[in-house]
Amino acid sequence: MAVTILAVDDSASMRQMVSFTLKHAGYEVVEAADGVDALEYARSNSVSLVLTDVNMPRMDGITLVRELRQLIAYKFTPMLVLTTEAGPEKKAQGKQAGATGWLVKPFNPDKLLATIAKVL
Amino acid sequence: MDMEMEEILNLFFEESLEGLDTMESGLLTLEDGADRETINTIFRAAHSIKGGAGTFGFMEISQFTHSVETLLDEMRNGTRGITPDAIQVLLQSVDVIREMTQSAQAKTPIVMTGANALSGELARILAQKSVPAPATGQAAAPPPPNPSPAPPAAAAKRDPAPTDAAPTGPLEGWRIVFTPDTSLFKTCNDPLRIFEELTNLAPLEVTANIDAMPAFGDLDPTQCHLSWTLLLRGAIEHSRIAEVFDWVDASSKIEYEPIHGTGGSGAPVDRPIAENAKPAAPRTTPAADAHPPVSTAAKSGGEAGSLRVATEKVDALINLVGELVITQSMLGRFAEKYEPSDIEALRRSLAQLTRNTRELQESVMQIRMLPIGFSFNRFPRLVHDLSRKLGKKVELKLSGENTELDKTVLEKIGDPLVHLVRNALDHGLEAPESRVAAGKNETGTLELNAFHEGGSIIIEVKDDGAGLNKDRILAKARERGLVDSDAMLTDEAIYNLIFVAGFSTAETVSDVSGRGVGMDVVRRNINDLGGHVQIFSVKGKGSTIRIRLPLTLAILEGQVLRVGKEIYVASLVSIIETVQSTRASLSCVAGRTELFKHRTDYLPIIRLHDLFGIEPDSREISDGLLVVLEADGRRVAMLVDELLAQQQVVIKSLETNFKQVPGLAGATIHGDGTVALILDVPGLIRTFLERQGMNMGRAA
Repeated sequence: MAVTILAVDDSASMRQMVSFTLKHAGYEVVEAADGVDALEYARSNSVSLVLTDVNMPRMDGITLVRELRQLIAYKFTPMLVLTTEAGPEKKAQGKQAGATGWLVKPFNPDKLLATIAKVL
Repeated sequence: MDMEMEEILNLFFEESLEGLDTMESGLLTLEDGADRETINTIFRAAHSIKGGAGTFGFMEISQFTHSVETLLDEMRNGTRGITPDAIQVLLQSVDVIREMTQSAQAKTPIVMTGANALSGELARILAQKSVPAPATGQAAAPPPPNPSPAPPAAAAKRDPAPTDAAPTGPLEGWRIVFTPDTSLFKTCNDPLRIFEELTNLAPLEVTANIDAMPAFGDLDPTQCHLSWTLLLRGAIEHSRIAEVFDWVDASSKIEYEPIHGTGGSGAPVDRPIAENAKPAAPRTTPAADAHPPVSTAAKSGGEAGSLRVATEKVDALINLVGELVITQSMLGRFAEKYEPSDIEALRRSLAQLTRNTRELQESVMQIRMLPIGFSFNRFPRLVHDLSRKLGKKVELKLSGENTELDKTVLEKIGDPLVHLVRNALDHGLEAPESRVAAGKNETGTLELNAFHEGGSIIIEVKDDGAGLNKDRILAKARERGLVDSDAMLTDEAIYNLIFVAGFSTAETVSDVSGRGVGMDVVRRNINDLGGHVQIFSVKGKGSTIRIRLPLTLAILEGQVLRVGKEIYVASLVSIIETVQSTRASLSCVAGRTELFKHRTDYLPIIRLHDLFGIEPDSREISDGLLVVLEADGRRVAMLVDELLAQQQVVIKSLETNFKQVPGLAGATIHGDGTVALILDVPGLIRTFLERQGMNMGRAA
């Protein structure tokens, strides 16, 4: 079974960049433009990993992670947060919401892939 | 790879430029009271630009945007007040980022002058003590030179590498006691993964501590009750280990103890942390690599090419093409085998073809149509900056932003509109004191309206200022010898004088306007687009400049005319009216220039047959029709034999197919295959007047 990754970012270019990198590495990618869309998709589909930006309109990434963790199907799904700063405050927030880890932006494709390989 | 990456990169540029527009318009509304969502939106846009720029390898943009983002973040958190000063600097920053982004897009080196100049300003504002109420912030001592020293990596701060223990020898390894929070599994962090990663660094010995394990009956398998003592045998930098624990260190207890060998002096292990803990510089992103060498078709960039079209417009087109294919196959059937009884069906198919073609034409035209909002967008900022500079209070009202017009027209109307708006602000609207003295609201109103009227689009620039001063314009025109001292001019003719090159009544020439360069250019640009300008003004109440433009340049709403055997097309926009002349309304000046009395004006008569050397039905003016034309503020009456249909014609260039001919704008092909020439009304009038050798500036 192909590994499906849900990539969430409000910036289309970042989303495509992530998606492009992941697809080349052989992953299936589903894109969502914000937390609301992502949550809606996740409710009726299953994915192996969630990769989300933090700052997004409608629903931010931290809230998305928190909401997803409430779903039985996502109890044990790795969720990575893309952030620009990894200060202790942000980490605590992400942790509390249930994020597995984070990837600090800007990142390069190799780092993205290495990080994902780590949790899958 | 390259092509796809190039596309993503282009998307990034488009997105960033859109984001900058969002920031700009948000910042402009921020002035009148901060609304949380607006600040959030502005912040998010800046944040995305920064993140994207970093990822795509434009570090200059990313770094500069970072300071902007910091400032916005403080405003968003409420730790900093929103001051006009800060907004001004942020607006300038938007300009700088836009400039940087555009140069990156054009694949030219990013110009840093603007950024360098503004970074100081940003640093100054950031250094001001971040207290919402500026009053309390004032007293603060001069801030540290660098307001935000890079925070050390969290792990390092949380768990300082031992600096106390006197180095007894070279570092040989680490003893790590890892006591995770019981909730470790809830975030899907597997200790095994962490251990495996550590094994990649150096040989590892793991000892589990099960003391905290509850009795089996009380065991909750989703909780982590274990802790571990890890022995990592290798001279690994602390930061590299901390990185492994990065995801769990906020909720776990991690104790590090370095193991030193005997003898020798150990290098201080904690030193390099600050440098290494930072994420690796993303110099190696494909974007950065692909950036300089790729210079294929996309190079011309910018204006040259692309058009963003809403998907539904394209879908409509595809749908129509589908129908066209069906119609074509229906018609094809008749070609194979035609029975006279098929005539009805043939007619129906042809009728359908007509409909398909018309709809297809409309849809294709739709593709080039863009809302004028694209052009109006720049005005809030322009008005904001300009009114500040001029010390005037102005409220800008936009309406009809969704009115669509051809992309080419849209692009070319921008500059004339900017000029008109500048003029309205500088000359039209009065200073607040004069407004109050005149019994008006101290805030002036400037309106930009767009709407459709017939086959044209109307754009109005309307102010409630002082209005045009007829006496002054007339006096100035007389002084310049543009008008005879005893000439009686209509209001319209007086207003039209401001379109004469080099004409200005401004007493002081400012850098905003007043040099008299411009209004003539405005009119010429609009005429080039096949449109025309009218001025309405009431002294003390304000002025309205009204621009009428064709919806598109590719298709002309035309009036078909006949002179003898020749068929011509004149643009409907340039036709005022058509009249049958009576002998009484005709007169002759100096025995050669024929004039036609049209209401209060005397208009020179252009005999099209003379100008083009063709044989008319009749040379008698009263036998034909006089078409009153206007261009460049001049009116003439053109003699033709007959008016035919009004119809849309597709303009074919004469220049590319033949050569440029004075007085003709192009050609079009009629349904029966004959070619009709399209009259270039302004050129026609110019050619005629040159032949007549008379100066129409005076006769207006």
